Amino acid sequence: MAHNATGKQGFVEEVEIQGHIIDSLILPKVLDEILTRGGSYVIKDIKIGQRQTDASHARIEVRADNSEKLNEILDIIHDHGAVPVAVRDCQTVAADMDGAFPEHFYSTTNYRTQVRLNGEWIDVEDQEMDCGILVDPEESAARCVPMTEVRLGDRIVVGRDGLRVFPAETAARSNLFEFMASPVSSEKPKGVTVREIAAAMKRTKESGEKILAVLGPAIVHTGSVEHICKLIRGGYLNVLFAGNALATHDIEQALFNTSLGISLDRGLPMEEGHEHHLRAINTIRRIGGIRRAVERGMLKSGIMYECIRHDIPFLLAGSIRDDGPLPEVVTDVLEAQRRMREMIHGVGFCLMMATMLHSIATGNLLPAWVKVACVDINPATVTKLTDRGSIQTVGVITDAEPFLRALVAELEREKSIA
Amino acid sequence: MQRQPRILMCPPDYYGIEYEINPWMNRARGSSRERARQQWQQLHDTLVGLGVVVELLQPQPGLPDLVFTANAGLVYGDRFFSSRFRHEERARETPHFDTWFASKGFTVEHLPEEMYFEGAGDALFCGTTLFAGYRIRSDVQGHQSLGGLLHVQVLPLELINAYFYHLDTCFCPLAPGEALWYPEAFDAYGRRVIENHIPRLIAANEAEARCFGCNAVVVGKTVVINAGCDKLAADLKSLGYTTKAVELDEFIKSGGSAKCLTLRLDGEEAAQWA
Repeated sequence: MAHNATGKQGFVEEVEIQGHIIDSLILPKVLDEILTRGGSYVIKDIKIGQRQTDASHARIEVRADNSEKLNEILDIIHDHGAVPVAVRDCQTVAADMDGAFPEHFYSTTNYRTQVRLNGEWIDVEDQEMDCGILVDPEESAARCVPMTEVRLGDRIVVGRDGLRVFPAETAARSNLFEFMASPVSSEKPKGVTVREIAAAMKRTKESGEKILAVLGPAIVHTGSVEHICKLIRGGYLNVLFAGNALATHDIEQALFNTSLGISLDRGLPMEEGHEHHLRAINTIRRIGGIRRAVERGMLKSGIMYECIRHDIPFLLAGSIRDDGPLPEVVTDVLEAQRRMREMIHGVGFCLMMATMLHSIATGNLLPAWVKVACVDINPATVTKLTDRGSIQTVGVITDAEPFLRALVAELEREKSIA
Repeated sequence: MQRQPRILMCPPDYYGIEYEINPWMNRARGSSRERARQQWQQLHDTLVGLGVVVELLQPQPGLPDLVFTANAGLVYGDRFFSSRFRHEERARETPHFDTWFASKGFTVEHLPEEMYFEGAGDALFCGTTLFAGYRIRSDVQGHQSLGGLLHVQVLPLELINAYFYHLDTCFCPLAPGEALWYPEAFDAYGRRVIENHIPRLIAANEAEARCFGCNAVVVGKTVVINAGCDKLAADLKSLGYTTKAVELDEFIKSGGSAKCLTLRLDGEEAAQWA
């Protein structure tokens, strides 16, 4: 079986069992067998006979953490009448043009998905919502592919045969984000939420997965740059997505100690301060980019400086009417998307702060099993994220600076940041 | 209304131990055909003496176990569900049973090919419920599909002891709500199912179970049982049954006794058919 995206309990088969399975205790026996042999189950469907003579029927998803264990369980429960549900291979059609799916293509979700190829269930790689599934029958591989990347002749999955999707609750790792019952509220005690997020970041770091941060310019306006720098230095920020504005104001602060012309020390407008961000962009453009500015010793502090120094990959995606933009900004949105897709490989946790545009874009790219904490002063950002399908999101409605200060303190309290 | 009991038997003309398909069988030990003949006759005569009409199946050379008619299939009214034997040696008996039942006006039916099912050896009515032994000989799927065909409640019971390889070696319905059984032949779930569904149970001890005490033929309030099961006989008496002991040790060498040698054609005493 292909790479298992959810880690634990990833090997799955669906079985069905029918007859007088309740009174005969066959159903409890089958379920007990699954558990005592180290597997787990989800009853996907059950119909209980209404009269004594009526048969009952149950469809059970059986899971185990390796294929040997799963097969052992399936062999045992087969003797009690639990047999694999008959299914077909997935159906594919060759793309008849570049840049578009064939009609009746299967539209993906961000949940873990498997397709059945030559009788074997394999994980769909690069799981992403609103894509199609490209199948490589020779390699026994399947991956999500966005519309624009379809090429003539690609085998694209159509219909729903031979497909199975694992909803978020079963894909979720145990004891991560138990407070998700109420995912967004300004009324919740922030301390608990911050502690949970800190713990999730620690676990992600320890597991060797990456933490992605998606940051908006309010990080700089609210005076949070140093907190972010601490996260980078502590190894709690491994990939950065942002736009032209975050980098611009970060560099403006580094060069002029203002953000949009406001003194970060005094909170007052500085004379000619409104020009600072444009002058900062101009300076970086003249020198040939952010990296060169750091290498030449011109840029000596700030988020972008720490990213260059600590080799943190970043992607600055452009928008309409960006000032400048900075040379590193990718202004072709399809190219930016493509690079973001590459960069989210290996991400296990995502912290989104103070940007609706980049948060929603990133949310759409992430598979559902990557947990997301979205921190925004505006509840609509979190609502929009979840409404667009990123239901793994936990929202914290607050200004970025106090949240980050508490988060850094929490990580420092655990001696996680040197 | 008093029923006229009808039972199918097959004389042991070709009975012998020619292969080993259960732990009782031992070709080296063999069996005495003459002694077997005498014991079978005694069982036959005992049943006739109880008012049973005994029908006879023509014995066939090369089919030593044809004598165990309980495994022919399951009778339900005028329908005969022919067995699908797990062992090739016994599968050869099926055409003979099918021919006989068809000639007597039964509708002969077969379960799907991939399911093993060994007839009344593994499927016994107690009341309206069909109790069904599975795992060693019959498959649970066969029994579940039978439940659908008959529209009766089927309770599959897992058999866990190779010496009690058929349900009728460890479970004998006496009347609706009453049965003999050997609990250790079943797993914990099976034991609970039997205890939950049958209010009056007589448990055989290990020695009497190995003496095929549960492999009994019930005719009215008389239980025909292998000789040497005195404790069971006493327990049966307390429930109002008379026992008739018959020496059947020649057949125990093949893993069968009174019940295995008979197939009730008009419904067991304990069966309540719609």
